[in-house]
Amino acid sequence: MKAGPLQAARLVMVRDLRLAFRKPSQLLQPLMFFMIVATLFPLTLTPELSRLRDAAPGVLWVGALLSSLLALEFLFREDAQDGTLEQFALSGQSLTWMLFAKTCVHWLLTGLPLALSAPVAAVGLGVPAEAMWSVVAALALGGFALSLIGAISAGLTLGARRGGVLLSLLTLPLAVPILVFGADATQRAITGGEIAPPMYLLGAIAVLGVTLAPLAAAAAVRIGLE
Amino acid sequence: MLNVSGLHLWRGDRHVLRNVSFTVDAGQCLLLTGRNGAGKTTLLRAVAGLLDPEQGEVSWRGTAARKSRGEFHAELAYLGHDAPLKGDLTGRENLRYSIGIRRAVAANEIHAALERTGAQPFADRPVRTLSAGQRRRVALAGVLLTGAVLWLLDEPTTNLDSDGKRLVASLIEQQLAAGGIVVAAVHQDLDLGSGSVVNLELAAA
Repeated sequence: MKAGPLQAARLVMVRDLRLAFRKPSQLLQPLMFFMIVATLFPLTLTPELSRLRDAAPGVLWVGALLSSLLALEFLFREDAQDGTLEQFALSGQSLTWMLFAKTCVHWLLTGLPLALSAPVAAVGLGVPAEAMWSVVAALALGGFALSLIGAISAGLTLGARRGGVLLSLLTLPLAVPILVFGADATQRAITGGEIAPPMYLLGAIAVLGVTLAPLAAAAAVRIGLE
Repeated sequence: MLNVSGLHLWRGDRHVLRNVSFTVDAGQCLLLTGRNGAGKTTLLRAVAGLLDPEQGEVSWRGTAARKSRGEFHAELAYLGHDAPLKGDLTGRENLRYSIGIRRAVAANEIHAALERTGAQPFADRPVRTLSAGQRRRVALAGVLLTGAVLWLLDEPTTNLDSDGKRLVASLIEQQLAAGGIVVAAVHQDLDLGSGSVVNLELAAA
């Protein structure tokens, strides 16, 4: 009996989670990078909390973006090398759907932990406690959008031997709107403003990513398999 | 059932496949031979739909494979040069996930397939600790488990001992007897005792 799409997606997710926990170092690397960047700023910039608070949205979001670029390298690379993607393409299941499942796990393993650990870094940057929930929510939503958009570039650079630099160059222009609205939401949260407008825009980008990015990633991966 | 007609394929500026045509029916085995670089792997990948030919068509059960890719792939098992296994998972886990995305598979089915290919003794070790021949045995169990009608095998006996080579031959015979189709790229003869075997020699480009 042919496996249904939900069953197939569940297996892809369980498998990726299991693999990730067998190799935790790969998982922790982007997170460590983010924490290091965010904690070094207070040490080098100024000890004054009011001035750090001004820099906080920028520091948090640039850190999150660079860390997600670091993590994107692992999204498809290994699966392409060991033939897993090829088997996905030949499984009779929709490649788009399988890659969407993979991208969701990728966010669960990189974007979500980063968002959840952001308060630790944010305290050091003078972000007030009442803004923490908003900071976490914005980073989680923005991270999801970043993973989706990054999946396209990760698929496109499969064929390149050293795809790392190319991957960053391809992703950065697409990631700028997420960065702008995300930092705006964080800024508003810190100053006690209304965060809904930038959050809606982030949500819109994420929805656009959900609908279009897996299709584009699947097309890119197919080319990469040739 | 599997019909390939007038296939032309270029890789860069090399004309690798020149007008390749063949038909394989249920219970038949097609052995692709030819020197290194003659295009055996390319042909197998083109039949599987991983490569788009510049000209010509692959059709399955009378319809173009390109048009009904999902149905075609559900009936196809492809085993390339390297076994598509995750080094950090055990053989059994690998099969559970890779077969599970295709069809519902029970643990005892996996057990039986591993037993059949002699991979049972090392099925619970991480695949990265296995030898190339052992990995191939796990991968062959995977091909069995797909339940696919059409097998595309690229050098199925690579890295296998003489016992393993006999195993591949008997697996193919079994598949043919069940009305399946096997297309295999081979360097040495497989010594298939029964079943109808067709040879296709690809000329070097």
